[in-house]
Amino acid sequence: MSEIDNQTASTADVENRAVKERANQAYKDGFVTDIESETLPPGLNEDVIRQISAKKDEPEWLLEYRLNAFKQWQAMPNPDWAKLNVPAIDFQAISYFSAPKSNKNAPKSLDEVDPKLLETYDKLGVPLHERERLAGVAVDAVFDSVSVGTTFKAELEKVGVIFSSFSEAVKDHPELVKQHLGSVVPSRDNYFAALNAAVFSDGSFVYIPKGVRCPMELSTYFRINAINTGQFERTLIVAEEGSYVSYLEGCTAPMRDENQLHAAVVELVAMKDAKIKYSTVQNWYPGDENGKGGIYNFVTKRGLCQGDNSKISWTQVETGSAITWKYPSCILRGDHSSGEFYSVALTNNYQQADTGTKMIHLGKNTKSTIISKGISVGKSSNAYRGLVRVAKKADHARNFTQCDSLLIGKDCGAHTFPYTESANSTAKIEHEATTSKISEDQLNYCLQRGIGEEDAISLIVDGFCKQVFKELPMEFAVEAKALLDISLEGAIG
Amino acid sequence: MLNIKDIFAKAGDKDILKGLNLEVKPGEVHAIMGPNGAGKSTLGNVLAGMPHVEVTAGSVDMQGKDLLALEPEERAAEGVFLAFQYPVEIPGVNNMYFLRTALNAQRKYRGEEEMDSASFLRMVKQKIKDMNMRDDLLKRPVNVGFSGGEKKRNEVFQMGVLEPKLAILDETDSGLDIDALKIVADGVNQLRSPDRSFVIITHYQRLLDYIEPDFVHVLADGKIVRSGDKNLALELEEQGYGWLNQ
Ligand SMILES: Nc1ncnc2c1ncn2[C@@H]1O[C@H](COP(=O)(O)OP(=O)(O)OP(=O)(O)O)[C@@H](O)[C@H]1O
Ligand SMILES: [Mg+2]
Repeated sequence: MSEIDNQTASTADVENRAVKERANQAYKDGFVTDIESETLPPGLNEDVIRQISAKKDEPEWLLEYRLNAFKQWQAMPNPDWAKLNVPAIDFQAISYFSAPKSNKNAPKSLDEVDPKLLETYDKLGVPLHERERLAGVAVDAVFDSVSVGTTFKAELEKVGVIFSSFSEAVKDHPELVKQHLGSVVPSRDNYFAALNAAVFSDGSFVYIPKGVRCPMELSTYFRINAINTGQFERTLIVAEEGSYVSYLEGCTAPMRDENQLHAAVVELVAMKDAKIKYSTVQNWYPGDENGKGGIYNFVTKRGLCQGDNSKISWTQVETGSAITWKYPSCILRGDHSSGEFYSVALTNNYQQADTGTKMIHLGKNTKSTIISKGISVGKSSNAYRGLVRVAKKADHARNFTQCDSLLIGKDCGAHTFPYTESANSTAKIEHEATTSKISEDQLNYCLQRGIGEEDAISLIVDGFCKQVFKELPMEFAVEAKALLDISLEGAIG
Repeated sequence: MLNIKDIFAKAGDKDILKGLNLEVKPGEVHAIMGPNGAGKSTLGNVLAGMPHVEVTAGSVDMQGKDLLALEPEERAAEGVFLAFQYPVEIPGVNNMYFLRTALNAQRKYRGEEEMDSASFLRMVKQKIKDMNMRDDLLKRPVNVGFSGGEKKRNEVFQMGVLEPKLAILDETDSGLDIDALKIVADGVNQLRSPDRSFVIITHYQRLLDYIEPDFVHVLADGKIVRSGDKNLALELEEQGYGWLNQ
């Protein structure tokens, strides 16, 4: 990131905006599903699930899938909270069908929105007309011009790429959805995966046909902001043999959301020689300085390297949520397949993060790389938890793990929990871990050269994250840096 | 340029500077020598405003400004540059980006326009050539994995880019081989001008063969105990500091 000079950065900005505008339009054209609906009353039972499925006009098999998941969920014990301190969640107090969002409690205009939020949009350079939607102001469609979006969609169609909402995919490509849904994250996988499978609201579906290199970065940026896709999002990406796709998820602007609990599931499938690059910048509302409010983010993300030579790469920059619990993982089934995990997780105030990855080596000569950068500020706590498992038949599997923690201030904490399980003696597993503080000497050095304290911290943190930032697509990297800077404000003094 | 009057300073619980006086006029080069632990680096830290040193009495005037009232980054922008005795590593931050951030922060403070990356690159490339240094220095993270000598050269290079009014070099010659010493000395000599002053802290007379000082001072026990011209350095080289106490 640091190398990005002014010029490239501003070019990237422009491109970025163009991409967003296009995605914007794609949303208008491709994602809006017309659901005339009131919100279901809070509570979760079989009947609620039937109603969700009926309202979405789903095929029978999908309803069965949901009901089955619900049964599994009911039988599951409460989740193991790892290093987290999670207040009890009352699952019966949540409404499981609320799209489209009711406008009743929404602010009527930006004047009613928390000025702090607006200030942040300003710093991030979010265009004015986007702020209203991000802040949840009750406005109708704000999109104009249709042409750009149509071009965008046509371009994808030309090469056979499917990029649509999950609900739409269920209607238009039921065979594809049926084949892959739950194939990577089965509903019985964990408590939140089961809950999601039972009640998921909507999400994204991506299909890249054989030999196709997706001509653009696919982004959910706008889709997620424009409509409350709900707290139980579902994403499925399938890359057929020899294909490539880069998918961007998330949003740098802090989002207001009435739903405190978010439990998404993301499944990636990479066939022979296919590559999937999945990048996330996540900034859910973390709660205020006193730890009040904030989103609980419990996500199950997993990629399956099904074919030989396939590759899945997760890159994430996380600054949001009151509580984050997520471990984007790779199952390396194909021989010579590889998995990567690059992560920056920043916690401030009373935020808690327990993130990491799992790399499951099943095929021969499989390779995984884990670079995790944890930054703790204020009274926050930041844990890395990683599992590298090498199965009996995974000859010559290799893993390299590097976990670095940076502490800013005295009251924060960082913890690293690397687990390795190897059943094959030819495996090579390397682990490096460091914990450091921003040293007085580093700060002084910057100050002496004329760089003020806040900029100095930002510079040092940026350097610390460099290995991860360089994995992000350029425009995302620029946003990620801006986001970290904002999250770091007031970190010292 | 610089007028230091009766400075007392301490770090931790230790009184280090005990009534130090020094006047530096524009264009002058002052060498400061003295035994280990005398307070030489502390003097540099006082001028640069490093937070761990506390000034308990005295004043420092730089071109009519009360230097002690300014924040360290403000002093930098006013033209104070300290080449550190032990330059610090900043992993992941590329040297050139670091310097551009520094230069633009200073320019901004001075109300000047920030320099765009293209002009900056051109300027820096020229500088590195003029100073006979290798340009791989630019791409590497600040001081990370630099040899001792490379770190010192990097300090001088940064000085060249930032063009300070008052440069304090703290043992920049220590640990340099003969060639590097010449490069560093050349770097300083190129920057010498009627409106730029240098305070050069060193233990070795040989540096002064390359950079000819206008004055040589001996700092011992927190004070300047002797001042002279460049011949003082030669005497010290022959006789050590012991004779000063006789
Ligand atoms: N932060 C500190 N806390 C306590 N004592 C300190 C601190 N910094 C410096 N000192 C002490 O103050 C004295 C002067 O230190 P200083 O670094 O200024 O010496 P110097 O003249 O530069 O020595 P050298 O030639 O070895 O570099 C030393 O005795 C040193 O140990
Ligand atoms: Mg010293």
